[in-house]
Amino acid sequence: MMATLSTDISDTRDGPWGQTKVLTALLVTALALILAKAIGILPEWLNRIPEAAIPPTAQVLDAIFNFIQNDLGLIYVTRFIAEGPLEFLLDTSANLLEGKRRWPYLGPIPWSAIAAVAAVVGYAVGGWRLAALGAGTFIWTAAIGQWKIAMQTMSVIVVAAPLAFLLGLVLGIAAWKYGWFERLLKPILSVLQTLPFFTYLLPAVIFFKVGPTAGAVATITFAIPPMILMTTLGLKKVSPEVIEAGQMSGCTRWQMLRHVYVPAARTEVLVGVNQVIMLCLAMVVLTAFIGMPGLGAKLLAMMGSFKLGRSFEIGVTIVLLAVTLDRMSKAWVVKQPVHFERGTPWWKRHQISLVALGLFVGFTLLAQAFPILAEVGRKQHLSQGKEIDVVIKSFLAIDAIKGTTEWLRWFLNVKVLIPFRNTLLAIPTPAFILLVVSFAYWVGGRKPGIYAAIFFTIVAFSGWWDRSVITLYTVISAVALATMIGIPLGVVAARSNRWSKSILLACDTAQTFPSFIYLIPAIMLFGVNDVAVVFSILIFAAVPLIRYTIIGLSNVPPEMTEAADMSGSTRRQKLMSVQFPLALPTMAVGFNQAIMFAFFMVIIAAFIGTQDLGQELQRTLAGTELGKNFVLGLNVSLMALTFDMAISSWAEKRKKRLGLD
Amino acid sequence: MSASAPVISAKNVWKLFGPSPESYLKSLAAGRSFDEIRADGYIAGVKDVSIEVARGEMLVIMGLSGSGKSTLVRCFSRLHDITGGTIEVDGQDIMSLTERELIELRRNKMGMVFQSFGLLPHRTVLDNVAFPLEMRGQDRYDRRERALEVIKLVGLEGREEYFPRELSGGQQQRVGIARSLAIEPDIWFLDEPFSALDPLIRREMQDEFLRLQEMLGKTIVFITHDFDEALRLADRIAIMRNGAVEQCDTPDQIVMNPATEYVAKFTEDVDKARVVHAKGLAKPVNGHALEGAPINGGSTIHELARVLVNDKRILLPVANDKGVVTGVLERDTALNVLLGAE
Repeated sequence: MMATLSTDISDTRDGPWGQTKVLTALLVTALALILAKAIGILPEWLNRIPEAAIPPTAQVLDAIFNFIQNDLGLIYVTRFIAEGPLEFLLDTSANLLEGKRRWPYLGPIPWSAIAAVAAVVGYAVGGWRLAALGAGTFIWTAAIGQWKIAMQTMSVIVVAAPLAFLLGLVLGIAAWKYGWFERLLKPILSVLQTLPFFTYLLPAVIFFKVGPTAGAVATITFAIPPMILMTTLGLKKVSPEVIEAGQMSGCTRWQMLRHVYVPAARTEVLVGVNQVIMLCLAMVVLTAFIGMPGLGAKLLAMMGSFKLGRSFEIGVTIVLLAVTLDRMSKAWVVKQPVHFERGTPWWKRHQISLVALGLFVGFTLLAQAFPILAEVGRKQHLSQGKEIDVVIKSFLAIDAIKGTTEWLRWFLNVKVLIPFRNTLLAIPTPAFILLVVSFAYWVGGRKPGIYAAIFFTIVAFSGWWDRSVITLYTVISAVALATMIGIPLGVVAARSNRWSKSILLACDTAQTFPSFIYLIPAIMLFGVNDVAVVFSILIFAAVPLIRYTIIGLSNVPPEMTEAADMSGSTRRQKLMSVQFPLALPTMAVGFNQAIMFAFFMVIIAAFIGTQDLGQELQRTLAGTELGKNFVLGLNVSLMALTFDMAISSWAEKRKKRLGLD
Repeated sequence: MSASAPVISAKNVWKLFGPSPESYLKSLAAGRSFDEIRADGYIAGVKDVSIEVARGEMLVIMGLSGSGKSTLVRCFSRLHDITGGTIEVDGQDIMSLTERELIELRRNKMGMVFQSFGLLPHRTVLDNVAFPLEMRGQDRYDRRERALEVIKLVGLEGREEYFPRELSGGQQQRVGIARSLAIEPDIWFLDEPFSALDPLIRREMQDEFLRLQEMLGKTIVFITHDFDEALRLADRIAIMRNGAVEQCDTPDQIVMNPATEYVAKFTEDVDKARVVHAKGLAKPVNGHALEGAPINGGSTIHELARVLVNDKRILLPVANDKGVVTGVLERDTALNVLLGAE
């Protein structure tokens, strides 16, 4: 490969609709509107869209939902599913794991038996380290006295994850098989992936009644999209020769799918499984907002009453569960079948399953004799909630720490956040839209610009403009701060191989944590206010930024950096004129992800108390205002999609032009 | 159906890739070139090919990448549906087959070996080889027995329980060959089976392949981009370029009488004496007075070098493997070939 250093690429094509001309026109109009407002000559209907002009979208949607729900009788179908098969599955898993009094009346399974099986499974997929992780997680959970709530969470996951997997697989196969179905599904999936989780919750509650069933339905819906995408991707990637070999072996269509396509797409399908499990965990924790018992609900309650020690312990449990589930499913992805020599006896072929079964039965029997192995009682557990509370609080009370956090809080709030927010709110609606459109057009080109115009106009006419702007303000501030911290950190880490490896590992691990976890340090440090919100989003969003900066910089082809070295560039010159330009498309992906994460997190932060769309969304959960819930959710989704389209389109174009595909 | 009827008979076969190939082919003027067709937005994968494969014959299709050789063989097995013309396999038009009939045809009559092996990564060697048998619903014991038999045939016994990724490239291709032979096909398609292998392994596999063919005597369509490989294996060679067959003849004829400049370019560097056989160079007896012991028509000129140099006769009788004289070889002509003089 030639090491051509072609990094100064600028767009020079300038037609009658030249980019510069359009941009200038957009910006000048926006500026004129702002100026007009400043000197007070802007008519009010150009500042904010008048109430009267706002269509009653929520009411119309409500009417439609009512029609579908009652007149078309969808609710009978959904309620039937909820009260029939789904509830049956959930009751069974709840009986086995937490001992709910339902069929088959066998549970709860002793914690020691589950921990033992987890260890064997860990060993089977990834050796001793994963065995220790598996056993350790469950022993910790039991020892700290959170077994029951953890199992409430797990009992939903063990039902939701396989169902999400199955549905995702089937839909993915359908999308791969039928082009029209994929074209139909794609936009729906991108909206679903940006829709705030509150919007998943309310329909679930209304159609599937309150409790575990609604939680499971919301969780399944939330976890399906990546499974569909991975399935389609995997099936498309099956090598044509493998397909032809199947055809020449005389496979029927079903045999092709069952014996050729799906097994050959194993890796992608299993990556999908990993994502399904992680999203299920993330969502199950969040179903606390609709009153689902479990780790999330407990964490919510503990944070609400500022019991930081207990919150911390629950946080550790959730993180351990996440890491265990993630590592084990990822180890399964890379695990390839290994042969046995001919004549290996039956018991040896199934050694691991037999050991697991033996340990399971053994511990179950032992638990009859030693109750501590079945259940760690109220007085026996090792929780140090109160003590940790004291430690954290006294740490935070140290003058230096307190001084720093309080100064930061004051500075950010008074000098940065509030002025920025007021500025954004002062901009007239049309000018705001024009600014966003020019950003999308400048970054992504014509198509993202047009979509930005459509999407933000819809937001403007939804009747929730100010709250949308506040949401956007939080996202922008948090992502800006995250960029300032994340990119330098990534650059420094990328300098050494060892550092970048360990930071990447930390980022990968951090990405598996359910987003809820990020609220804990924010509340600890800053209490309940805007700064805590921004802080929690900031750490959540910094993770992909750091990650992709490192990946981007370390994936710069070595010929290029060597060429720069041989041209005698200094480290700084090399970074600025070779590594950055080449890493930028990848870094943009990270930036995009940071924005998407921020939109996700800002809604969760409603729990801390914000004045944005999230707050309104959370309020709708208490009632039955499905229409309003949808309008609010769609606003978040449309804003997120605008940025997503602009930035991804930029990154793609840039990659193509740099020849990095 | 008589024994001499061709196994595969292709007449004016077209395979066009593009937006609406059928209607384009109908409006296509005769004699339009590959490049002109491409300018119209279509790729002529196979361009008006007529070819026959006789029972027990090994036809090698030779061409550079993009010449349409793989496309043509995929038309024979109907992995591609052809745009125009007819292809008959054992006298039956394969384009008229229903999906079910096509599946039956592949399950019972055809085997195919692929360049990158096309093995199913999640199945062991045994299960890969037994796969076609499993697909046609043979019971577990039968298929295991048959699979073990072909695995032994290709020299992989002891590796039955291995997974493809645990094998070397050569071994993987042996699995591919075993799989294609499991159903005892009448027609054997091999799509550049040895191209992905190292030169040394390639040579070894070619020998192995010749050994198998001698034993099994199947009708074979073999694809390669390697001219030496084609000369080594073929009964007849079809040389393809831009979707069309430039020349289809025995190796002797191709080397001695290349039909086009393109074919001639391939033959330039070939040591003709190692390719051309005495019978290929021989002329009909036609009343020539013949004396002395005949030479074996199946030997190459190179193998006969010593005889040719030492013999004093002007005309040498040529006999087939049963000892019957079938022709006459001019010693001078043969010596010219041997010495590389035109």
